Amino acid sequence: MSELLTKGQEQILASEGISVTLRSNRRITWEKFLQHKLAVVASIFLILLALLCFLAPVIAPFEFDAIDLSNIRKGPTLKHWLGTDALGRDLLTRLLYGGRISITIGLTAALLGSALGTIIGSTAGYFGGRIDNLLMRLTDLAYSIPTLPLIIVISSYANTQAFGIVVIIGFFSWMHTARVVRGAILSVKENEYVTAALALGAKDRIIILRHVLPNISNSIIVGATLGVGNAIITESSLSFLGLGVSPPTPTWGNMLMDSQATMASQPWLTIFPGMAILLTVLCVNFIGDGLQDALDPTL
Amino acid sequence: MLKYVIRRTLQMIPLLFAISIVIFTIIQAAPGGPEGTLLDRGMFVDPAAIDAYRARLGVDQPVYIQYFKWIGAMLTGDMGISFQTQRPVFMMILERLPDTLRLMGLSFLVAAVIAIPLGVFSAVKQYSAFDFIATGASFVAIAMPVFWFGLMMQYFFSVKLQWLPVAGTVTVGVGGFVDELKHIIMPATVLSLHSIAGWSRYMRSSMLGVLNQDYIRTAHSKGLRKRTVITVHAVKNASIPVVSVMTLDIARLFSGAVITETIFGWPGIGRMFIQAMHARDYPLLMGIMMMGSTMVVVFNLVADVIYGWLDPRISYE
Repeated sequence: MSELLTKGQEQILASEGISVTLRSNRRITWEKFLQHKLAVVASIFLILLALLCFLAPVIAPFEFDAIDLSNIRKGPTLKHWLGTDALGRDLLTRLLYGGRISITIGLTAALLGSALGTIIGSTAGYFGGRIDNLLMRLTDLAYSIPTLPLIIVISSYANTQAFGIVVIIGFFSWMHTARVVRGAILSVKENEYVTAALALGAKDRIIILRHVLPNISNSIIVGATLGVGNAIITESSLSFLGLGVSPPTPTWGNMLMDSQATMASQPWLTIFPGMAILLTVLCVNFIGDGLQDALDPTL
Repeated sequence: MLKYVIRRTLQMIPLLFAISIVIFTIIQAAPGGPEGTLLDRGMFVDPAAIDAYRARLGVDQPVYIQYFKWIGAMLTGDMGISFQTQRPVFMMILERLPDTLRLMGLSFLVAAVIAIPLGVFSAVKQYSAFDFIATGASFVAIAMPVFWFGLMMQYFFSVKLQWLPVAGTVTVGVGGFVDELKHIIMPATVLSLHSIAGWSRYMRSSMLGVLNQDYIRTAHSKGLRKRTVITVHAVKNASIPVVSVMTLDIARLFSGAVITETIFGWPGIGRMFIQAMHARDYPLLMGIMMMGSTMVVVFNLVADVIYGWLDPRISYE
């Protein structure tokens, strides 16, 4: 812990007789996170972007489906900062509205995937034996089928509104979390405090929720953060193939759907939504990286 | 060793059966049979004709019978008949395989040749400007949707600079090695992007771990040149886990090929998969999915075997 303090600070504290270990774990984590400059910048940027997107109905200059036939396929101008599409709809407005959906899909799909992974992984790791064997074979199975093609096939016939996409992506992104959680539980389970809780007559459910999961939450949080970026990219890939959230509801992915055909004459329609995805996922991953460093007690 | 490979191969069999059941179930769960594509066009079709069509394709029977028929035929190497073309799925896949393998092979090679030196230099010059730029670039690459990177490449190199053809494998009437090379540059770059980013970061962290080992210090203190220590002692040991990851990723390149081939109109299996999806060509979809899954399972085993072969500390018990 002392590496967070400068030599001078340490000496002053020591001469005052103050122990540096008084700070809580949460505070140490927070301070370590603040040291990861990129993660801090990324967090601020992402929060701003999310705010802008979620306030879109208030701050967006136009309606997301407002058609302006006198201004179709215009490049960036003073009136339309990022240009307009083939129906004269303002690109900036649609990017903000699209961000709401894309970010929500990313967050909820990652949450669903992590929750599933945590449940499956903790059940397998805690109970062991046959249950473990069965669940891990299930994980192997899910890992063995190429995920993207599988998701593509399912979304080609399933309900492709935002909710459906979240369920489909979440349902096929739990495997990594499950393996990590299982491994972590196997080692946490050996601790004396788990034996003590058992001896005191605590139920399995209580032991998992109270004593085991809080001790492995680090790996779950980091995994979930990285899952957000993956889910946003998967959604955009599905939309690009025409399988994502259907228009006219804009998402960053479906805004790119038709852009390939018009890229030569209206490149901004391709460049800006892609930049939005890239920046968002980049920020999410930087945050994940910062969290990983901050939450890892061995560093 | 041989015992281990045999045991693992035997374990693959129930796994592949389970995979086949999942894939079959998911594809059968699609509403509207193959006649859906006919009905989608809004034409009136005689119900009797539809029944006859369904009977001819064998989709009028109960699902479990269809499964057993399909898997039984699969075991003899018969992957079924495509709904779309009425041709054997196996032949269709075989025809497309060379183009996909060419693309995947070149991508793999490009990725390996770039990623490994990148990771090594980053680790040796840790916290240098080079390391900073390489790590930053790999973060950007990982955050980039593959298809968007492809679109951007097309915009700059085909539309703006007009250096490279937008799509396809060869210009009709031109041909030749240079022309084919021009066509494959962009798809191969796009397909290898994530591998370059992932492998170089992996190589970097693996190198960093090795560089702190005692035997590296020993090698240095013996008076060996820095270059010798790094190339002979460090890189060799650090690349063991990376080689294993690279092997696993061969199967993942297949997933990437679906998107890449679609963008660049590359006539491989990935693009055929998307076409089969739109046409609800179930036998073809199942055939391609089974092939992809088998690749994952096989390369898993290969990766484990290579790992143990390169690192004698791993035992096969």
